[in-house]
Order: sequence, then structure tokens, then C-alpha cells
Amino acid sequence: MKLRSRHLLGLEETTASEIKLILDTAESFREIIERPIKKVPTLRGVTVLNLFYEPSTRTRISFELAEKRLSADTINFSRALSSVTKGESLKDTVKNIEALKINMIVVRHASTGAPYFLTQCTGSNIINAGDGRHEHPTQALLDMFTIRRKYGRLEGLRVVLVGDVKHSRVIRSNIWGLKTMGASVAICGPSTLLPYEVEEFGVDVYTHLDEAMDGADVVNVMRIQLERQQAGLFPSMREYTRLFCVTKERLKLLNKNYTIMHPGPMNRGVEITSEVADSSSSVILEQVTNGQAVRMAVLYLLSGKQREE
Amino acid sequence: MPRIKGEILLDEKKISRAVTRISHEILERNSGAETLVVIGILKRGADLAKRVAGKIAQIEGVEVPVGLLDINLYRDDVHSKLDQPIIARTEILFDVVDRNVILVDDVLFTGRTIRAALDAIIDFGRPRSIQLAVLIDRGHREYPIRPDYVGKNIPTSKDDRVLVRLTERDDTEMVVIEKSGLKKKAGARRSSAKTRSEGGTKK
Repeated sequence: MKLRSRHLLGLEETTASEIKLILDTAESFREIIERPIKKVPTLRGVTVLNLFYEPSTRTRISFELAEKRLSADTINFSRALSSVTKGESLKDTVKNIEALKINMIVVRHASTGAPYFLTQCTGSNIINAGDGRHEHPTQALLDMFTIRRKYGRLEGLRVVLVGDVKHSRVIRSNIWGLKTMGASVAICGPSTLLPYEVEEFGVDVYTHLDEAMDGADVVNVMRIQLERQQAGLFPSMREYTRLFCVTKERLKLLNKNYTIMHPGPMNRGVEITSEVADSSSSVILEQVTNGQAVRMAVLYLLSGKQREE
Repeated sequence: MPRIKGEILLDEKKISRAVTRISHEILERNSGAETLVVIGILKRGADLAKRVAGKIAQIEGVEVPVGLLDINLYRDDVHSKLDQPIIARTEILFDVVDRNVILVDDVLFTGRTIRAALDAIIDFGRPRSIQLAVLIDRGHREYPIRPDYVGKNIPTSKDDRVLVRLTERDDTEMVVIEKSGLKKKAGARRSSAKTRSEGGTKK
């Protein structure tokens, strides 16, 4: 059992056995973060660049801690404080940092395909931490890890992904990953926030939340971005909330032993009520903890794959 | 079942006697079981650790906590491999601080596994002592490590393979040595696998 690629760019091309390997490995790493000394020497001598062109709290801190817990050396790059503001290109930026002897790059970028671009112009292992509207594989992996921990399986579960399907990379990665693992996937959002040819995903599509949630096991709620409303994609936040907010009343539609998830950051009272977000079936903070274990697993598994000379 | 070629060093009876003797020695050295915890190195060291704890319970009537340890994250050769070894789950659900830790493995060879295990255990706290119990000591140490309790010392040449089979995960119970001469020139193929697990017993 092993990963085929030396990069993690997305889940669309990732096989079920590869996902299983990552989740199983994460299970072993989950134990390490409960230890008194939350550190293993595994990635000593490995240098990881966290290249964040977009703002991030959870993902960046989670990756950085995962790297530190594995004893890797880390460098954090954030766009605002760099020479990118002087006009330096992505390629030049990375080439220059790589000249300082980097082994792995964790990249978040507003452009779809930026991580793939880096695989073509650098020799490091590339991990996608979110690229444009494309994919955010580690988020989907940690979502699946969290679900699997609770139910012991992914197969046969009904998972609803609610929100801005068109722009959400988290939804995309979740769709690919969950489908590969045999879950039954539904997506739900305003029709203006569904992409063209949405049926290409091969999942159930809903524009009414009540219908989507009926008989589901897991609801994964995405953040709705204010910018989208300003762009005229839906009339008002209030209307969105009325139609698509996951409220306590709507939870009655779900199967028993249901789970509420949100990748964060939450707009409380917009896409999810505080009551639901803080309820006992919400695993939102557990997702954050699990994210670290999943990222440790990904870093560990990819670090074994050096460049073929 | 794939036939195991080679000479049988220990059969079921002898393994059982070795475990019993080691358990007695542990109790004697530590004046009882009150301060003891047992930690086995995955996979077969963990099986043996459970047996030792069971034996101690039988002799002394004290339940000794058993932990399972995966040492792969502490290996000194992680970066020399193309693919990372699969990480099994470490389960040490008790405090090791101020306890006498009995570290159990099946075969002691280069000492590299034990070096990794020592580092791992120390990350869980500061034990009063760590004592090493192994079923087989086959020599050829590369690090200054010595066992406290040994089931059987076996002279080997470096390219021999010592295979431990235990009923917990195999369909037979025995310790077998495959002499290197019996196989066609092993050389390069074996040299990388060797440091991975002590004596290639966990393949």
C-alpha cells in the first residue's frame, strides 16, 4: 500500500486505497497529539515551506503544527509581507525560496492549478492547501476522517454538502473523496451558486434544503461568502438564511445519530445557527483537531517520495 | 500456508517455557509486579508482551498494564526509503513516569529498533528504568544495546533470517532460522530490508 504520486493536488485522481491509507495513517497520528510530548522525530531534516497567497487561520496553523509535531523545519510565507507586493511572480518566488533547500511546499493560491504549476517548475513535494475553485484535499480528507471515526465507515452514509457549490473547493474535494469511498453524496445551494453542468459531478443536486436534508446522516455546511452577494448571485443574506440556514427545526429531517460539520470560519446565524453549531452532534472543533492528524499523515506519506533523479 | 524452510530453533513448548522463565526473572529482579508496566514493539513484540503480562498475572495475581508501541516514526532510516512504512497505532494508555518498563520484542539484532523504542518511550515520560526482554538474541549489534532477559541466544551470520511465528497472527508457532547459504545469493535485496526490522522477522 502506497501513494502513487509524490504530490497531493486533489482527490479527483486519488484512489480509494490511497484515501484509506491516508485515513488509516492519520488514525495512528491522532494518538500522538494526545501525548504529553506531542512530537516525533520522523521528519527531522525535512524543510517545509508554507506558501500562503490567501489568508487562512485553520489550515495554515494546522499545517504548521503538523510539520512541527513531525520535527520538520518550517518556513511561513504570506503574500502581504513578501516581495510579491513588488511584483515578483509565483515561479520566481518559489524558485528563490527553493534555492534555500526546501523539500516540501504547502501551497494555497487563488488561482486554480497553482499547485500543479509548482510541480512543473520545482523539485519539491507539493501539497495543495486550497487552489481557487478547484480543490482543498486535506480539508475533505479530515472531513472524511471525522465521519469515519464516528460511524466506523463512509460507505453507504448519506452526506449533504450545503452552500456555494460553484465557488467552494471544499465541496469539490468532498464530492470526489466521498464518492470514491462509497458514500451517497448530495449537494444543495441556490441555483445561482450551482456550477454549469452540475450533473457532471454525478451526485444528487437540490435547491431546497429540506429536501436535501431528508434522511441524511451528515450535513457539512459551507461558509457563504459575503462577496458573492455583492456580486449579485443571491438577493440578500436574509433570504439566504431563510432558505439555506441549518436550523434546529431542520435537524428533525435527519437520520438518528446525525452529524453537523463546518470547515470554518462560520458565519453564525447565516448558514448555521449558533444553537446547531454548538450542539452535541456538532463535530466542528473535532474537525480542527483531526485536521492536524490528517495533515501529519499526508506530510509523512509524501516525505518518503523524493524526486526521481 | 507458505512452507517455512530452515531449521526450527524453538517450538511451541520452548517458546512457552522461555516466556515463563522470562516472567519469573522479571518478577525476581523487580521484587514483584507492583512497579511494572510492559510495552511490546509491534507487531510480534506486542504479542509477546501480552503473554508476559498474562504470565505475571498467573504467577503473582497482579494485572500489569500492557502498551503497544509502533517505532516506525522514530526510525533512523525513514528518509532512505522510497515509500514510508505503514504506521500502526501506538497505545500506551498509562503513565510510564517512575515505573519499571519492561520493553518486549521478538528478535534483538542490530539494536536499531530498540534505540528507536527507547526514544519513543521517553517521550511518554521518565520511567524509573527500562528493561529489555527478547525472545531471541541473534547478535550483530550496531548500537550499544543489551538485553536484560533473553529467551534464547542464537549465533547467526549477518545474512541469516530469523523468523518468529506466533499464533496471535500466524497459523503456526515457532522460531526458524533460514541460513543465508540455503538461499541463492541474497546480497543487495536483503541489505536494505535488514535495518527495517530486526532480522527481517516481520515481513
